[in-house]
Amino acid sequence: MPALLEMREISKVFPGVRALDHVNLTVEQGEIHAICGENGAGKSTLMKVLSGVYPHGSYEGEIRYDGEVLHLRGIQDSEAKGIIIIHQELALVPLLSIAENLFLGNEVASGGVINWRETFQRTEALLAKVGLRDAPTTKVEKLGVGKQQLIEIAKALAKDVRLLILDEPTAALQENDSQKLLDLMLELKAQGVTQIIISHKLNEISRVADRITVIRDGATVSTMDRYEITEDRIIRDMVGRDMAHRYPERTPKIGDVLMEVRNWNVWHPDQAGRQVIKSASFTVRKGEIVGIAGLMGTGRTELAMSLFGRSYGRNISGEILMGGKPVDTSTVAKAIDAGLSYVTEDRKALGLVLEEPITRNITLANLAGVAVRGVLDKRRETQVAESYRKQMAIRTPGVFQKAVNLSGGNQQKVVLSKWLFTDPEVLILDEPTRGIDVGAKFEIYNIMNQLAEMGKGVVMISSEMPELLGMCDRIYVMNEGRIVGELTRDQASQEAIMALILKDSGKAA
Amino acid sequence: MSDTGISTGVDTGIRARLGGHLRENGMLLALVAIVFFFTVVVRARIDVDFLSAQNITNLFLQNSYVIIMALGMLLVIVSGHIDLSVGSVAAFTGAVAAALTVKMGQPVWIVIPATLMVGGIIGAAQGYWVAYWRIPSFIVTLAGMLVFRGLTLWLLGGQNIGPFPREFQAMANGFIPDLMGDWDQALLGMERLNGTAVLVVVAAALVLIWLGLRARARDAEFGIAPEPAGLFWARNIVVSAALVFVGWKLAQFRGLPNVLVILVILTVLYAFFTENTAAGRRIYATGGNEKAAKLSGIRTQRLVFWCFVNMGVLAALAGMIITARLNSATPKAGTGFELDVIAAVFIGGASMAGGSGKIVGVVIGALIMGVMNNGMSILGIGIDYQQVIKGLVLLAAVIFDVYNKNK
Repeated sequence: MPALLEMREISKVFPGVRALDHVNLTVEQGEIHAICGENGAGKSTLMKVLSGVYPHGSYEGEIRYDGEVLHLRGIQDSEAKGIIIIHQELALVPLLSIAENLFLGNEVASGGVINWRETFQRTEALLAKVGLRDAPTTKVEKLGVGKQQLIEIAKALAKDVRLLILDEPTAALQENDSQKLLDLMLELKAQGVTQIIISHKLNEISRVADRITVIRDGATVSTMDRYEITEDRIIRDMVGRDMAHRYPERTPKIGDVLMEVRNWNVWHPDQAGRQVIKSASFTVRKGEIVGIAGLMGTGRTELAMSLFGRSYGRNISGEILMGGKPVDTSTVAKAIDAGLSYVTEDRKALGLVLEEPITRNITLANLAGVAVRGVLDKRRETQVAESYRKQMAIRTPGVFQKAVNLSGGNQQKVVLSKWLFTDPEVLILDEPTRGIDVGAKFEIYNIMNQLAEMGKGVVMISSEMPELLGMCDRIYVMNEGRIVGELTRDQASQEAIMALILKDSGKAA
Repeated sequence: MSDTGISTGVDTGIRARLGGHLRENGMLLALVAIVFFFTVVVRARIDVDFLSAQNITNLFLQNSYVIIMALGMLLVIVSGHIDLSVGSVAAFTGAVAAALTVKMGQPVWIVIPATLMVGGIIGAAQGYWVAYWRIPSFIVTLAGMLVFRGLTLWLLGGQNIGPFPREFQAMANGFIPDLMGDWDQALLGMERLNGTAVLVVVAAALVLIWLGLRARARDAEFGIAPEPAGLFWARNIVVSAALVFVGWKLAQFRGLPNVLVILVILTVLYAFFTENTAAGRRIYATGGNEKAAKLSGIRTQRLVFWCFVNMGVLAALAGMIITARLNSATPKAGTGFELDVIAAVFIGGASMAGGSGKIVGVVIGALIMGVMNNGMSILGIGIDYQQVIKGLVLLAAVIFDVYNKNK
C-alpha cells in the first residue's frame, strides 16, 4: 500500500531565514508518526505547509497525499481532504456550547436554519467516541483543558478526519489527562485514523508512535522505526550541531552572590490547584550570566514575571535576597527599587509603548531620573536617550523616532536601555534574541557581556540551547515548574540539558 | 527582517513629524476657515457682524463648559477609557450648588469648594469600579449618566431652582474690571476701552511666540528637522493676530469675561500637566500600552482612578458655570453635553484606543464645534441640519486622522 502522505524536498524561506530546507516526511496509512525537534527547528512551519496555512506556491517541493499532488490554497482545502490540525492554542469559542463548537462553520443546517435535534444526536455520538459524557449544551469554558483537547479531537472527527495532526497536545495537560489523550490516539489508530504528533515528551512518543522523524534547523535528520527509538539517539539527532563562533568572547569576572531566590512557589492565576512554579531556588552572582533552560511551557517566563513585582500568578511564596538581605518585590515599582529588571519575552505587547518615541520609552521606568519634583526636564530626557543611542548603537534617524518604526533588534536595544536607565543590579532577559536576525543577535550578546563586565548579574531565559551554552557561565534547567538541575559551563552541553529534562519527564510518567 | 532599519526610518521620521504639524496646523486652519466662512455668510445673509464683541463673548460663554469638560475628558480618553456621565454630573452638581446656595443659604466661598468636592467624589465612585474592578468605563459611566440625571430630578424636585447671588453669577457672567483707569481711552479718543484686556492679550501673544521660538531652538539643538520657518511664522502671526483681534473687540465691550480667564488658566495648566510632568506622561503610557506601563512600575490603576476623579471635579466646575449662566439649576441642564465633549476630544485628534491626543488640539476641536453651533444658530439653521453637519464634521476629522496614519 502506498504511503498516505509524502512530503518531498519541502523548502520554505522567510525573509532572512530558511525555515525549511529540503525536508522529507513520509507517513504511512494508519500509523502514528511522531515529529521531534528543538524549539524553532521547523516543526510548526512544516505542519503549516501541510495544512495549507502557507498555500501552494509559497514553498518549494511537493506534497503527495492519497496518491495525488496537493495544491492547497488554504486551510479549507486541507480540511476538505480530511487533513486536520489541532494547534497548541486551542481554537474553541469558550462561551459557546460543545455542540455549537463541534459544528462551528460546519453546521447541521438546511437553508441556514440549524437542525438542533440532529446536531445534538451527532454531538453525543462524537463525544462517546472520545470518551466524554458531558451534555452537548455544556459551555466549553466550563471544561478543563484536558476535556477541551478532547473536544478539539471530536471536532476533527466531525469533519471526517483522515490525517490528524496534534501539535504538542499534552503540553498544557495534567498527567492523567495526558494518559487519556494518548489512549484515545491509540483507539483512533485502531479505527484507521492516521496521526502525526509533535511532542517533546519522549515517554509519550515511545508509547504511541510507530515511527519518529527528527527535524533540526529546518532539515530532516533521521526517521526511525519504533524498535530503533532510543533516548540517546533522539537527543543526539535533535541537538547535534556545530557550535561555531557565534558568540562573542568574554573572560568572566564573577564576584559575590547578588541575588538569591529561595523556595519560590507560584500557583496558576486562574486554574485553582495548579502549581506553576514548584519550590524554585537559584542564585545570581556579580558579573555572571546565568541561563535558564527548558522547553516551552515549563514555567521560565512565569518564574521571572512572578519574581518581578508578582506580575504573574497567585499565592506566591518564597524569599528574594539581594546582597544577602531580603527584599520586597511585591510590586513592580518595589522590584525596580530593589535593583531588579525584567526584559519581557514579548517586546511589542509588554515591553514598548509602540506609538511613542524612543525617548519616552527609554525613560518610562525611571521618569524620576529626568524629572525635578514631577516636572519633566525634556532636555535631559533627550540627552539620556542620545547617550543610550550611542552606547547601544540603536540604529535610528533620531531619538524621536516612534518605537514601532524600528527593527526587532533595535527595539530590543530600546527596551534594554529602558532597564539600564533604572540602574538595576540584576537583569532578567526573557528570550532576548527572539525574532531578531543574526547580526543583531550578536550585538545583543555583546551588550549582555558588557553588562556582566559592569558587574551586573544577568539571567538569560532562552529556548535556544546553543545560545545558552555560548553565553552562560552557569545554567539552571527547568522542567514542569521545577529547577531540575544546575550545570556549570564545563558540564553544560545540549545532551546534558536534554538528559536532565527527559529524565525528569520520565520520572513524572 | 533587515536590521539596517535606516532606509525606512528616515522617511517615516520626517513624514511623521510633518504629519504631526500637519494635524495641528490643519485644525487651526479649519477653525480659521470656519470663522471666516460664518463672518462672510452671516454678513451677507442677515447683515450682522459675526465677530462683534458681543458674539465673541457669547461664543466663549456658551462653550466654556464643553471646553472645561473636554480637558478632563482628554485625560480619560488618553488613559484608554470614556466618560459618558459628564452631562448628568454637571447637571447634578449644578443642582447641588443650587441646593446649598438657595435652600441652605451658604455663601459662595463654601458652595464652590463643596460642589467641586461632590464632583470629585462622584468621579471617584465611578473611577473605582473602572480602575480596580476593571468594569468597562462605557458601562459604569452609562449607569452614572442615568443615575445622576435621576438624582438631579430628585434634588430639584423637577423644578428650576434660583436665583443666585451676584457673586455666584459672576463666575459665568462677570468680567475682569479695567484696572488702568481712563487715561487710555482719553489717549486713543475712544469712549469705551478696557485697557487691561488689551494689555493681557498682547502679552499672551508675545509669550506664545517666545515659547514657540524656544521650542524651535531646542529642536535645532537636538537635530530634529524643524518646521519650515515660513510655516512657523505664518501660524504664529495668524494666532497672535486672532488673539489681539479678540482682545481688542472684547476691550470695547465689557472686557475679558471671567469664564475666559478660567478657561485660559485651565488650558495652560492641563497642557503643562500633560506634556511636562511625569504623571501626565504616565497617563499616555498607560493608554498606549497598559501592560508595558505596568511592567515599567507604573501604577496604572491608580492613574485611571485619578483621571476619573479629575473628570468629576471639572464636570462640577462646568455644572456651576452652566447654573450661574442661567441663574438657575434646571433638571435639563447639560443634556447631551457628554457627546459634544467627546466629539471635541476626537475632533481634537485623540485616539479612541487611548495613548494620544493633545490639550491644544482638544481646545481647538471644542472651538470648532462651538463656532459651528453659534454660527448655524445665528443663521437660523434648524437643529436638524445642525446635528447632521456636526456629525459629519466629527466623522471627517477622524477619517482624516486614520487616512493620514495609514498613508
